[in-house]
Amino acid sequence: MSDTAPLAPRASTAETPEADAAVLVRGVTKRFGDTEVLAGIDLKVPTGATTCLIGPSGSGKSTLLRCIAFLEEATTGTIEIHGDPLGFAEAPDGGRTRLSPQSIRAVRSRIGMVFQQFNLWPHMTALGNVCEALVTVRRMRRSEAEEHGMAQLSRVGLANRAKHYPSELSGGQQQRVAIARALALDPEVMLFDEPTASLDPELTGEVLNVMRDLAGSGMTLLVVTHEIGFAATVGQRIAFLDHGRLLLDGTPREVFGEPRHPRLAQFLETYLDRGAAALV
Amino acid sequence: MSLRLFELMLWAAGYTVVISAISIVIGLGIGLLVCAAKLSPNRLLSLPATLFISFFRGVPLLVQLLLIYNLLPAVGISVPSVVAAVVGLSLCTAAYQAENLRGGFNSVPKGLLEAADMVGLTPWQQLKRIRAPIAFRLTLPALVNEAILILKASSLISVVGVIELTRMAQNLAASTYKPLLFYSVAGALYLVICWTVAGGGALAERMARVGRA
Ligand SMILES: Nc1ncnc2c1ncn2[C@@H]1O[C@H](COP(=O)(O)OP(=O)(O)OP(=O)(O)O)[C@@H](O)[C@H]1O
Ligand SMILES: [Mg+2]
Repeated sequence: MSDTAPLAPRASTAETPEADAAVLVRGVTKRFGDTEVLAGIDLKVPTGATTCLIGPSGSGKSTLLRCIAFLEEATTGTIEIHGDPLGFAEAPDGGRTRLSPQSIRAVRSRIGMVFQQFNLWPHMTALGNVCEALVTVRRMRRSEAEEHGMAQLSRVGLANRAKHYPSELSGGQQQRVAIARALALDPEVMLFDEPTASLDPELTGEVLNVMRDLAGSGMTLLVVTHEIGFAATVGQRIAFLDHGRLLLDGTPREVFGEPRHPRLAQFLETYLDRGAAALV
Repeated sequence: MSLRLFELMLWAAGYTVVISAISIVIGLGIGLLVCAAKLSPNRLLSLPATLFISFFRGVPLLVQLLLIYNLLPAVGISVPSVVAAVVGLSLCTAAYQAENLRGGFNSVPKGLLEAADMVGLTPWQQLKRIRAPIAFRLTLPALVNEAILILKASSLISVVGVIELTRMAQNLAASTYKPLLFYSVAGALYLVICWTVAGGGALAERMARVGRA
């Protein structure tokens, strides 16, 4: 069985038909014990565009992203990646059936995930991190994998750090290696969970620039971020999550423009102090 | 002290090192199995592992050695005393190493495994490529510590008749009436051995920190 799937054609942003959504979230709820963290989410992430997911702390952004990647199992609802169910498939009776681990791995490997904490493997070099899945999962020859891996590191501007271990890299460099690691598998969608939130302020720029490049290259991105400036300038769609509900989902103009939804206005207030208001 | 007597002491020190090293290695192997059993969700595996660990950590090594030394012949297995000694040391250190390893495996950050999940590594590949290598690095300081403890604890195996460094010093002290001399030499030899192990361990840890070990 091959985990390699052909890349889906990149559609234009506008008027994306349902079937061509890169990620389709249908009726997803998530409870941890008695707390309902996601209260019924329907979201369509258009192919070839950047969607930014914003919202107050604790609103469920990470949980939604983790449900999409099936790192967390949604309590109800389904996820599709370019039409293929991830984790659960909808049964004819309306219920869900759990898919096999092989199917989960195959569909999941079409998603690239970038974590807030980088999660690089500390015992492998930057290049080792990028090549690991190419060799272990995709069964590439080491030399071929390293060539491909070096190309990914160049893409994030770190070819000269290939032999460094994560502990020898700055936070910004580590996050760029993590992006290269995800890119190496040619994902159809890249998910970012606050990729700059654990970085020193002077290091966020280099990571955001890499993401801007990816967005510009027509890749499908879903970005959870507190960088409202980035969302407003790079995001082509903005989804605003509040208390586990998707309150708003539209273009930056629709979402940020006046009149603003009172909850969003209240949320944006918190950014006024940080000088980001000028950007939105 | 004549050169010949010093040679005897050196030889006994070598014996101590070899027996300890063999016990540490066997103990690591058994410890891995016990750790795997203890981490298993299957109670039929984890319960015996828990009992094994609590017995060998809870009963003094001296008593364990005497038990094994007398138990084996009682069930019809006759072995040289050195084998009984190695069995005792190995089982004892296995219990501690199993717990150290379990700590190591449990300390592998969950996010590293999620990253592995995301690139499609199977659970077995994750164990081989991510969990075990990181767990071993995390366990290394405890392993060095355990090696030093076993080196020193090996002085107890003289009770089952093995002539290692401590017993040799005792014998020579008695026959020459120079206890201070021979116990000083024994102490110095133990120190040198332990320093060497600690130094080697520190080096290995430094290499492991950047990941090259
Ligand atoms: N594993 C868990 N068990 C219990 N509760 C959880 C768990 N994970 C998240 N939660 C809860 O779910 C809610 C949403 O968490 P989530 O991390 O998705 O929020 P977020 O929008 O990403 O917040 P932030 O901006 O701070 O990252 C929080 O109240 C959190 O305490
Ligand atoms: Mg979060």
